[in-house]
Amino acid sequence: MSQEPSYERYHRQMILPDFGLRAQQLLLASKVLVIGAGGLGCPALQYLVGAGVGHIGIIDGDQVSLSNLHRQALFTTDDVGQNKAEMAAKKLSRLNPDINIEAMPVHLTNQHALDILDQFDIIVDGTDNFETRYMINDACVLLKKTLVYGAVSQYEGQVAVFNHLLPTGERSANYRDIFSDPPKEGSVLNCVDAGVLGVLPGIIGSMQAAEVIKLITGIGEPLVNHLLIYQFNNHQLFTVKIMPQSKTSSFIPIDAIAFKATDYAWLCSSSQHALEIGAAEFDQLIGQKNIDIVDVRALYELPVVQTFNHVRIPLPDLKEAAGQLKNDTVVVFCQSGKRSLQAAEALMALWGTARKVYSLQGGILSWIRFVEKQ
Amino acid sequence: MKILFFGQLVEMIGAKELLIEDMTDIDTLKAFLHQQFPLLAQSKYIIAVDQEMISDNRKLENHNIVALMPPFSGG
Repeated sequence: MSQEPSYERYHRQMILPDFGLRAQQLLLASKVLVIGAGGLGCPALQYLVGAGVGHIGIIDGDQVSLSNLHRQALFTTDDVGQNKAEMAAKKLSRLNPDINIEAMPVHLTNQHALDILDQFDIIVDGTDNFETRYMINDACVLLKKTLVYGAVSQYEGQVAVFNHLLPTGERSANYRDIFSDPPKEGSVLNCVDAGVLGVLPGIIGSMQAAEVIKLITGIGEPLVNHLLIYQFNNHQLFTVKIMPQSKTSSFIPIDAIAFKATDYAWLCSSSQHALEIGAAEFDQLIGQKNIDIVDVRALYELPVVQTFNHVRIPLPDLKEAAGQLKNDTVVVFCQSGKRSLQAAEALMALWGTARKVYSLQGGILSWIRFVEKQ
Repeated sequence: MKILFFGQLVEMIGAKELLIEDMTDIDTLKAFLHQQFPLLAQSKYIIAVDQEMISDNRKLENHNIVALMPPFSGG
């Protein structure tokens, strides 16, 4: 890695006002870790590598799958089955061979997170689940690292810079200052259940790369103490001012030992597992009389189920339409079992223990796989 | 006052925004919304008043813009 920048490679950014040789040298001297080489990580990585961030770490234990390709533009169909971090590093080193790219083909866990994150200046969260997001946030607070956060849900995205060193010597707000503890599993949709257009994480991941470049070079105003919400459908941006909260520290492990002992999977899991049934039990129930089976997916969702009797009541309409359900046993299902768990909880709240409510774990997709195996 | 909803909350409410007048404070507004939309009561969200996140109850005026924002995990 050379500290003397290639004027030809970086020419178009180096001629920018306020950028120049100074900013380029700062980029080349920086170490950035991108966690997750997925929908957010791919575009973030492409721009950070292109811009000449001198040392880039990529950590991802997953393999490229066909359903990734519509939004993870670094990968091609030939890459299916390969580790994402290694494949991304291979492609990115062709994009810019002058920088150092380090692939870590493992899942980040709280056992090694502190050691890995500590080797970098800025951390980029490109993950897709709350468990890892809370763990990364807490690690950054403990290690005093700046975290560039991005997340998407259907047609909206969020971006923020967390835990950044302020001129006062204090750290800016972090994720737990906004959402102090994780939501219950299933109460928030992920991309598998909710769907996502490829271009949305493309936009949000690019915004994360932009924040990293602003933080390193000092140009512009990064989203410190601000949460940005981007709405894809009308290109509206909504920015909310956030502030550190005094109660936040009580949610974050006090030191490395406490961090390693924290069960992040448990923190993010639902307390309502008792309601869930597997595909085999579901298969038995659908043949019985005096049971209401309810599909709580939106009406346009596929596959449409035609092999057993059921009613379709999309989750948002469930409360008003609950009167249609007359039987003492009600079984709800959705695509992957997350929304149906939410539906089951809503019906339990409505009816208490007067009726039995079950949610199909793994959703209709798990039942289809079960039937295919039989 | 204008109430804006984001993410999954839009689906729950069935609208991106509502106009509700004469809510004296945040707690009154929340109680009203939770009664109208019980799924919202079980959801995690933060509240911003005039684009500033608030964590405690506070008085509201009809000119305030209140936003309800859920956490996102996708990537």
